[in-house]
Amino acid sequence: MTTNPDANRAPLLQVERLRVEFATRRGRLVAVDDVSFALAPGEVLGVVGESGAGKSLTGAAIIGLLEPPGHIAAGRILLDGKRIDDLPPEALRRIRGAKIGAVFQDPLTSLNPLYTVGRQLTETIETHLDLTRAQARARALELLREVGIPAAERRIDHYPHQFSGGMRQRVVIALALCANPRLIVADEPTTALDVSIQAQIIALLKRLCRIHDTAVMLITHDMGVIAETADRVAVMYAGRIVEIGGVADVILRPRHPYTIGLMGSIPRIGQTGARLAQIEGSMPRLTEIPRGCAFNPRCPQVFERCRSERPELLAVGGSRAACWLHAASPAAARNEIGAGGG
Amino acid sequence: MAERAPPLVEVRDLARGFDVSRPWLSRVIERLPLQVLRAVDGVSFAIARGRTFSLVGELGSGKSTVARLIVGLYAPTRGTVAFDGSDFGTLSRAQQRPMRRRMQMIFQDPYASLNPRWRVGAIIAEPLRAHRLVAGRRARRRRVDALLLQVGLAPPDADKYPHEFSGGQRQRISIARALASQPEFLICDEPTSALDVSVQAQILNLMKDLQRQLGLTYLFISHNLAVVSHMSDEVGVMYLGRIVEHAPAARLFARPRHPYTRLLLDTVPDLSLSGIERVPVAGEMPNPIDPPPGCAFHPRCPHADARCRQERPELRPAGDGTLAACHAVAEGRIS
Repeated sequence: MTTNPDANRAPLLQVERLRVEFATRRGRLVAVDDVSFALAPGEVLGVVGESGAGKSLTGAAIIGLLEPPGHIAAGRILLDGKRIDDLPPEALRRIRGAKIGAVFQDPLTSLNPLYTVGRQLTETIETHLDLTRAQARARALELLREVGIPAAERRIDHYPHQFSGGMRQRVVIALALCANPRLIVADEPTTALDVSIQAQIIALLKRLCRIHDTAVMLITHDMGVIAETADRVAVMYAGRIVEIGGVADVILRPRHPYTIGLMGSIPRIGQTGARLAQIEGSMPRLTEIPRGCAFNPRCPQVFERCRSERPELLAVGGSRAACWLHAASPAAARNEIGAGGG
Repeated sequence: MAERAPPLVEVRDLARGFDVSRPWLSRVIERLPLQVLRAVDGVSFAIARGRTFSLVGELGSGKSTVARLIVGLYAPTRGTVAFDGSDFGTLSRAQQRPMRRRMQMIFQDPYASLNPRWRVGAIIAEPLRAHRLVAGRRARRRRVDALLLQVGLAPPDADKYPHEFSGGQRQRISIARALASQPEFLICDEPTSALDVSVQAQILNLMKDLQRQLGLTYLFISHNLAVVSHMSDEVGVMYLGRIVEHAPAARLFARPRHPYTRLLLDTVPDLSLSGIERVPVAGEMPNPIDPPPGCAFHPRCPHADARCRQERPELRPAGDGTLAACHAVAEGRIS
């Protein structure tokens, strides 16, 4: 299944038909269902969706931090062509530190409050790179300067609580970059920050990844952050990707009725007075995902087929959308066969 | 903005400090002075009946403290709050009570602001009981049913508990409770910040519909500029406890004057993908316990000069109904 027609380099990360389930007393809940995508080296993929869409679980599955009872029930995850989803914990831990960095929403939970930031950085560097203590410290200092911590030579010996929220997130980014990873999974990295600090952190992430040719999987609920940062976007709804494509295609010419509704519901500056487009209802709970297309009860363009048959991603314009509307036109149907996305 | 009618709400020179000193013993031993955090310092504005005034600012700018001062959750250290012509400071608690009924508050977190052990019907009926507005259980139930329908829920929802509802539905319950006492004035403190965008759109539309149907006056508090632009008639931009710019909404977003307002507007992500690289402004909001002298924004301001570092600018007319607290604007150094 070719998931990334734009990438001309061999993909760095491939996620194939990923399925994440939760075993509960009342049976299995499918939280991520048949999700496939690929990331090229240095590419920024935005994964956007509302709470419960499965975007964070997809990220957690990739970094191997799914918390039980959540587990990967089907599918494969490949990094540089090698499977990482079935590795034993110790081997995965080594890969996670060296090749995949992680940045989470709340910088305080990613940092150990009992150690200075210098010690945390130095230990991580020593674990993953073959450096002496002094070399590791020098590298830690260099990283702190790179992420824009003022007076880094003094701040390196401070504890996390002595930093402001924005500065802490910079430290977490430094920590994620320690071992020169190929991929950073950033889950809502700016959500807990003030707007002016958000812009700083986004600019920093973009700049560093460009310099180091690091790919980023940017998970967020904020279309604005995606618009500023991502090369491609995957829109998730009820555990599935409903639309994926280049950032301009998805944001300016959304094809899936959910994406169209989502874009319309975002208030914009200067639109005083107008009513916002509204998607009626709310995302279904995992226990009550409807048959057919999961969006069908809320969809303004629903028809018979949507209620019975689940749509796969179909090529439409520059992107792909999981919506039967796009199977109707002969051109779309031909593309579907051509892309082999059935 | 020709506002001939007297304002429904008027706030004058409102200030509130919080004592954030170390405990008494350590203060005596270490010879530390008392420390006061000036959360709100000299805020004035008026809201005309049926209009929406918004306060926008970042974390720690004092906007939520203003909301709490107006509803009486905090007492002001200085300044006055007048509602429909009467100054709260001059009224006894008993005299305040009927006025308090006419203003209600909607909070940010619909998970924390609803009692999890009460059924939704009891939650919505609480203001009716507290203010003895509707006598008799059956009459109250009828009123609760009507309120539920008004916010887009159904009468059977009255028998459920808050945990059975999603975040957006809970916020609808909060709104129904706020409307129960038939208030004229609603204070909405980040009412949609905890909600997903599609749910936010539902709640914002509902709030606009209710305003039109019931003639409500809103004080709307948010850090989200796009939401503020969508909801407001007038906007006050707060920075470190003060309003730095006050203007009609359309004016503020079309032509921001204060450098901080410009900074905030620059941080709004561009959904039209114009490809213009934004220049993120360096620096963070200073510690409010020890604000910089002069203009509190000067350490981050590209236009700051010696005067800005010494003398605090007051809000002054800057043309077209805009008030700005900025020496550079007043001196014509920036357009």
